[in-house]
Amino acid sequence: MTRVLAGTLVVLCAALTAPAAWSAPPNAADLEAEVVCPVCETTLDQSNAPVAERMKLYIRERIAAGDTEQQIKDALVLEFGPGVLATPEKSGFGLLAWLLPLVVLVVGAVVVGLLVRTWSRGRGETPEEVSLDPALERRVDEELARFEG
Amino acid sequence: MARRARLVAQGVAIGLVALLFTLLVWALVTEEGGDLAAAAARGERPAAPAFELERLDEEGELALSSLRGKAVVLNVWASWCAPCREEAPYFEQLWRENRSRGLAVVGLNAKDFRRDARGFMRRYELTFPVVFDGPGETVGRYGVTGFPETFVLDREGRVIEVFVGAVNSDEDREELEAAVDRALES
Repeated sequence: MTRVLAGTLVVLCAALTAPAAWSAPPNAADLEAEVVCPVCETTLDQSNAPVAERMKLYIRERIAAGDTEQQIKDALVLEFGPGVLATPEKSGFGLLAWLLPLVVLVVGAVVVGLLVRTWSRGRGETPEEVSLDPALERRVDEELARFEG
Repeated sequence: MARRARLVAQGVAIGLVALLFTLLVWALVTEEGGDLAAAAARGERPAAPAFELERLDEEGELALSSLRGKAVVLNVWASWCAPCREEAPYFEQLWRENRSRGLAVVGLNAKDFRRDARGFMRRYELTFPVVFDGPGETVGRYGVTGFPETFVLDREGRVIEVFVGAVNSDEDREELEAAVDRALES
């Protein structure tokens, strides 16, 4: 009985996890928004140039043939170069384009932090006490007393 | 200390602006394309930008430098370009009639699918060499702004005439053939 239950559980788990492993076919509209027309330099969904129309058709053909999104992008890069992708790849040299802004942001934050710290320290310093001439001090006291009186 | 930090920050900012300005000037000075047509129209003979590109008519690559000593008609086209289809048979004819005189016709297919380009070559029975510039880097260096465009190069690889748009009318063809004659005589 235990064996039957365990077997059923395994079959159920396999059935439940199977759809997760299967990936949906790429969406043509999504891809058209991520691929640049090499003539007009806008994404395919924004262009009706002849080459853009041809590329849209190619994407649909590849989707129908069962290619994944990555396979279609790789094929387009092979024909038109890496500039055909609206966003750089997240690997190899393209990774730099993703990482560099973050690095600049972090370095910038550190620099600003250091500057703020330095300036706030500068402001925190107490100015040296200035000693007044006793005669002048006496005169100021007298003037103040007269003013208040 | 604060004053020093401020000075350093100002120095870095000024340095960055100077660097960007230098890069801009460098890009403008080293830009090869764009003015080829204008220079050729003024009677100058600017050097054609060098290239070594994958061939579509056979295996391997073709370097422009390998054609030194021949006059070259470099025709920029793409399979999706309608005027390119109209002029393609003319370039095949030009090649067949003048190759024995030392003329090389080279097709420069750009911003296209290799498969479509090969289909185009079969359809129009092109037998001259065709190179592939999918990303359009080479046509960018030639200052090509639209398709088709045709460059006539003399035997020393200098541009003597540029034809923007299709070479379809009798007048255009007479002009091109006159340029070819000049290139062959060079």
